Amino acid sequence: MSERRNNQRKHIILLSALAVGMVGFSFALVPLYAIFCEVVGLNGKKYEQEISAEPAVLQVSEREVTIQFLAQVGRGMPWEFRPTESKLKVRLGEIHLTSYYARNRSDQAVTGQAVPSVSPAYASNFLHKLECFCFTQQHLDAGEEQQMALRFYIDTELPEDINMLTLSYALFQVPDADVEVASVTLASN
Amino acid sequence: MAVTADHAIPNRSPLIAFLSRWLLTTNHKEIGTLYLCLSFTLFFIAGAMAMVIRLELFQPGIQFAEPLFYNQMVTMHGLLMVFGVVMPGFVGLANWLIPMMIGAPDMALPRLNNFSFWILPFAFGLLLSTLFMEGGAPNFGWTFYAPLSTTYGPPSTDFFILGVHLMGISSVLGAINIIVTIFNLRVEGMTLMKMPLFVWTWLITAFLLVMVMPVLAGAVTMMLTDRHFGTSFFSAVGGGDPVLFQHVFWFFGHPEVYILILPGFGIASQIIPTFARKKLFGYHSMVYATIAIAVLSFVVWGHHMFTTGMPLAAELFVMYATMLIAVPTGVKVFNWVATMWRGSMTFETPMLFAIGFVILFTIGGFSGLMLALVPVDFQYHDTFFVVAHFHYVLYPGAIFGIMSAVYYWLPKWTGNMYDERLGKLHFWIAIVAVNMTFFPMHFLGLAGMPRRIVDYSLQFADFNMVASIGAGMLGMSQLLFLYIVVKCIRGGEKASSRVWDSAEGLEWTLPSPAPLHTFTTPPKFPTPEEDYQHE
Repeated sequence: MSERRNNQRKHIILLSALAVGMVGFSFALVPLYAIFCEVVGLNGKKYEQEISAEPAVLQVSEREVTIQFLAQVGRGMPWEFRPTESKLKVRLGEIHLTSYYARNRSDQAVTGQAVPSVSPAYASNFLHKLECFCFTQQHLDAGEEQQMALRFYIDTELPEDINMLTLSYALFQVPDADVEVASVTLASN
Repeated sequence: MAVTADHAIPNRSPLIAFLSRWLLTTNHKEIGTLYLCLSFTLFFIAGAMAMVIRLELFQPGIQFAEPLFYNQMVTMHGLLMVFGVVMPGFVGLANWLIPMMIGAPDMALPRLNNFSFWILPFAFGLLLSTLFMEGGAPNFGWTFYAPLSTTYGPPSTDFFILGVHLMGISSVLGAINIIVTIFNLRVEGMTLMKMPLFVWTWLITAFLLVMVMPVLAGAVTMMLTDRHFGTSFFSAVGGGDPVLFQHVFWFFGHPEVYILILPGFGIASQIIPTFARKKLFGYHSMVYATIAIAVLSFVVWGHHMFTTGMPLAAELFVMYATMLIAVPTGVKVFNWVATMWRGSMTFETPMLFAIGFVILFTIGGFSGLMLALVPVDFQYHDTFFVVAHFHYVLYPGAIFGIMSAVYYWLPKWTGNMYDERLGKLHFWIAIVAVNMTFFPMHFLGLAGMPRRIVDYSLQFADFNMVASIGAGMLGMSQLLFLYIVVKCIRGGEKASSRVWDSAEGLEWTLPSPAPLHTFTTPPKFPTPEEDYQHE
């Protein structure tokens, strides 16, 4: 009888631990998912913070693809934010320079951070950004406007079935507490 | 009435005695009854919502329900049917039957059992109260995808979140109780591989519950902090990802759909041998097939997300893994058919529902196979084809399973036979109406009618009208079911202890109605050569 009680207690403890562990697992899915996305290049996460090195030898292929630029502004973000060119026809391997336009419509200084996303996701492995406003936080004073540069090239290895890429930026406001001082000076250069 | 005499406390008003009996009961049979009553009540509430949906879809255009209200009906219907009807229904059956089937006097943790049940009325009270709130009830579908439920959810979403937390706690506690009971309180001689299949399928279901309900709790907690505490789990602007929500949700969601069907498999495996008068064909393969289904259910969640963006390799893996589930499921269907093969079959109401279950669940399984195929899923996704599929597995699957169980064990619970003539009538109306309601939805979906939208194009009018008429019949037929159950509780032809000619199992050795306290001294579990000792 007491042996059964012990068994019972053991089972209750193990099962409760399993349930609590699974709550932990559900939160562990957040970093696991981020790692997974980085590995397969899903949702543009791969190169969020990654500056590609200048290619040593530039190989340009004859193949042309279209790249579209999109912009989204997060809720409560008082900036006007749009690409200066909505799409470009580019040859693979060629370095291109384009820009996004941003204007602070509010009456106070605001810091923003752009988060990139590439569609189709797989293509993010082949889109290399040499210079991007998304690498740092952007700081605009009240009413200030700015052209923000984006320099990139598309790898010649881009799979045959991808003819069009979409690069989308979501811009959100950085809370005051999270503003990085270094990037503010960089942006005001 | 020995039952009430046990619990009656002298010098108390009848109301207090009644309340304290049901509020404080730790008896597995009474708690089982409470679960079944709750499930039955919510069945009518959620069913009434289905009637609103079908009434609105009777004709194209917007007649009765504003789009916002329609979306609330779709959401609440789904949530209530899944969490309020099928799950408590199965838990109620588990409470009633598992101790009697394994020869135990009660559940292992009776007070926890009381607590698990009494959380639920509060959970569903919270959920239902949202219907009367400013901004309305949740309107984002039972899958509550972010950002519909985070950024754009109505204020009542927070009540929904707390409601989900409560029912999650209830399910996990109930499941722990069931596992502990099965592992510790089996009668001597009943090894795991001699347990009745209902007990086996519930054991596996309980493990699924313990493992996935916490993940659902995690998902709604992330929603809550995203909504109010400035986190960005599911918001791209803050560095999160709305697609992550779908992964977390469906990691819970796919095992959940097996939680909704595995006990039904167990019920069919109990009932079919009784009325075929043969032993169940392939007991061992049934057990292993159930385990295989449960294990596979953890790696196939991606098939709900083919169109939301996944690497090709992941889509292929999920597609093949999903199709693989058809193998153990096929084993089960084969075993049920083989059990009936050359049996001396009779067609009492429980058997009719069980056969309806096998046939219609198989149809739902096949449309599931179609949905598992990546290329065609791009066409079927979010159409009425999906609605047809999951109603075929849930209505004739889970609900027919529960109904079949209620008819089968009702004489044991009440001591009276139900009205066989009315029971058969109920079945025949239900089976015609189920097919009339849900079969045309396949065609609607293939023709491109999207789900969860209040209005539709003219070319879908005829099939929708047929489906709505069928739904009306189906809804009405449940009133008949209610009448049959109430009539059986109130009286009727006395049932013998074994009730059915060749019913096997310890619960049939007890008198009908089963006394409040049973197996206070452990029964003798017969060896394969012996028979059960029926009174």
